[in-house]
Parts: sequence; C-alpha cells; structure tokens
Amino acid sequence: MKVEFEHLQAAHCENGVTVSMLRNIIGETRITEPLAFGIGSGLFFVYIPFLKVSGGPAIAYRTQPGLIFKRTCKALGIPVVRKKFSSPKEAEKALMESLNAGRPVGCQVGVYHLTYFPKEYRFHFNAHNIIVFGKEDDNYLISDPIMEDVTSLSSYELERVRFAKGALAPKGQLYYPQHTGIITDEQIRKGIITGIKRNVRDMIHIPGPIAGVAGIRFTAKKVKKWRDKLGLRKAGLYLAQLVRMQEEIGTGGGGFRFIYGAFLQQAHAFVPVDELLDISKSFTKAGDRWRDAAVQAAGIYKGRLTTQADFDQMGDYMLEIADIEKEAFKSLEKIKWPK
Amino acid sequence: MKKSDIPQDPSALGRITKELQYVVDEQGNYVTDLSNGWEVKASALDITWQDIDNQTKEAKEKVLRNEASPLLYFMQLRIMDLPTLAAYTGFWKWKIKRHLRPDVFRKLSEKKLAKYAEAFDVSVDELKTMNVHEG
Repeated sequence: MKVEFEHLQAAHCENGVTVSMLRNIIGETRITEPLAFGIGSGLFFVYIPFLKVSGGPAIAYRTQPGLIFKRTCKALGIPVVRKKFSSPKEAEKALMESLNAGRPVGCQVGVYHLTYFPKEYRFHFNAHNIIVFGKEDDNYLISDPIMEDVTSLSSYELERVRFAKGALAPKGQLYYPQHTGIITDEQIRKGIITGIKRNVRDMIHIPGPIAGVAGIRFTAKKVKKWRDKLGLRKAGLYLAQLVRMQEEIGTGGGGFRFIYGAFLQQAHAFVPVDELLDISKSFTKAGDRWRDAAVQAAGIYKGRLTTQADFDQMGDYMLEIADIEKEAFKSLEKIKWPK
Repeated sequence: MKKSDIPQDPSALGRITKELQYVVDEQGNYVTDLSNGWEVKASALDITWQDIDNQTKEAKEKVLRNEASPLLYFMQLRIMDLPTLAAYTGFWKWKIKRHLRPDVFRKLSEKKLAKYAEAFDVSVDELKTMNVHEG
C-alpha cells in the first residue's frame, strides 16, 4: 500500500518534512525550504552552560525542534495534528490509519537505530524527522528529506526509532498538516514579516549571555580559554563537537546561515523591500565565516594547529560572525514594512 | 559559499547520499547543489569516534582489572550516558551507578541482566563476557 507521494530532498530534516508535507498533503507549492525556515524563524544560536552532550559542549545553531513546522503552518492558517503515544501498538495503529486515509505522516525519530544511516552518524540524537508514505509487506516506505532517494524500514526498525529513549524522546510522535482552504499570498507575506521579526527578537533581544548573537560571543570567549583549561586533546574534541553540531547531518550552523540568505532573497518576491537582498549578502558572509571557523577548528583537532594564537584566531572568527549577524539583524529590524 | 566552492570530499554519508546545500551562483542568486561531503566535517567525526574507541578499550581493561562491571564497557560501546541508559532500562541512575560495581553486578538477577542486555542489543551471555560478535 502506497500513498501518492513525491520525495523532496532538503538541506535540513525539519524544513524538508514541512515543505514536503505541505506539497504532498495540501498541494501548496509556493513554500520552499528557505521560506519554511524563515517563516518558522529557524536561525538561532545557543550555548547551554553546565550541560554536556556526549561529554562536550551543548550548542545549537537552530531553533528548538518542532517549531519550524508549527510556526510555518500557523502562519499559513493550517491546522496541525500532532500525537504522542505511550504504546508502540497504538502508535503503529495511528500511523496505519493515516496511510489508509491516503495521507503521508511526519514522524520524529531517533538516529541511533536508524539502519540506513552510516554508523559514523548514529549518535543518540532523537529529533530527526522523516515521512512515512506507505507499507509494502513488512516494510514501511520512508522519505528522509536529507536523502537523495526514498528508503524503507521494517516495522520493527521503525518502531525502534519512533520509541528511541533519552533526551527529546520522540514517544512515537507523529504529525501532519490538515487540509485547509486556499492559502493567500497575503498570508505568506505576513508569515515572512512575522518570521523575520521573531528571528530578530531571538537573535538580538533575548536577555542574558547565552542565546543569539550574545551566545556566539560567549562561546567565542570560552573557546579562547579551552586550550589552557582542558588541554589540547580535550579542547580538540570540544571543537570537533562544535563543528559536528555546526555541520550536523543534513546541514548545520554554516548551512543554516546560507538557508537564511536564500530565504531573504525568496522573501523579496513576496515582500519587495530591496534591503532584503542586501541583507541576504550579510548572511552569506556569516555562513562563509562559520566555514572558515570550522576549517580553523579542524586544524586544531587534527593536531596541525597547537598554539594559543590558533585558539585566539578561532575565537576571533566567532566574534566577527557575531558582529556580522548582529548588524544583519539590526538592519532587518529597521526595515519599514509596506502596509 | 559560491557554487564552485562546494566541497566534494569523501565522507561516510557520501557513501549513501549526497547532501543538498544552498550556494550562490555567478549572478549572486541562491541555488541548491549537491555535496559529496566535506573533509572538515568528516575529520570531526573521525576524531570523535577515535576518542569513543579509545574510551571503550579503556573501559574494557578496567572491567578486566575488576575495577568496574561490564556495564561500563557497554555504555562506552553503545555511547550511552547514564540518563540514556536509565531511559532505556527504566532503572534509576543511582541504581545503575551501583550496578557499575563488579561485586554488585555479579549478584544481579537474570531479569535485571536481561534488561541491560536488551538495552545494549546483546545476549545476557555476551553482557557478562563482553564477547560481542558484530558484523
């Protein structure tokens, strides 16, 4: 049994699931990955002190899992169904009911037991997103937005990833947008403007030192101290984690900045404010700098760069990024939106 | 990033799929293109796994020296920290800490051992002996 479905590849899983479900379930084709990311105010940075992830620093370059889908649907006036389950049996039943109704379903899954991923990528990360669009014999047909092609999981494998345990446990979570009336260009325009304003708030107006642009500066200062505080080997592992989180599967910190740059360009087609095109270039520059910083970090964790000056350089890259992103969001804040 | 700069390095993910990336073309417009992988990211994963492998070896030696129970080895092997293992087994964290002691571990009931074995994806026998055969 197979639902009519067109697979779409994306740079990031949640963007991809959002766009793909809007297209396949509602027939909405104007919303691209960058538009979903921007309307969902996806760009973020946060460094959570005292929390360790796999023994290293806890850093995120994007907004909390689930919000991009939620906000994008809300902006477009699309009702969302989202369910969690305590029993795997109930979870599978609900999934089958949706498929039987001809509707593909988004699922939050853990990556550790995701058999089609290479072992090197399989950590206990529980906020990956996939779409299930059919079942043949014992195999569920899977559209994983970061993959070029569709794939499949046996019912046992799917149950295992839907009921992965630990931080952000998916609890069998499934979600989909419901059919709705016509989505107007005006709704998209408003969604874009609201999305930008909210992202301005998240990046430059959250009080305290750990979130948004301030968080980048905070991390930059920490990085400069890592060599003395942790020793070269551990500091290298911390930097590798920073890069892994930045360039995680699908995309990461650098990648998110490029998606935001693409968003501002595409937003211009709906909201013809020319500043958007200029500010887009700043995000391209920020993304490029994140990549430069990653190259610098790699020099350190591969043991080629070892001096304090190398750590200072790494921190300075991040301070420069903080400046670029702060300027960019300030410019976005100053835009006089057309009525 | 310019379209012409998109990295095409060998990577673990590159073996199964290319990744979509947003890049700028010659006219300055954002377009998408596929990347096979990036050496900087691949090496970040490499050194992370080298570290995990080293810690797993160290854990095994510790168990063989009778300084910890096999749980320590399997927690490293399956990269499960205390909260994750607690979530998979349903045991309290402080209980697991106790079970990490070799003398306490030796007295565990078959039922408790089976819970750990399931969480680690091994048989109870493999759990006790640390002899795991995986493809």
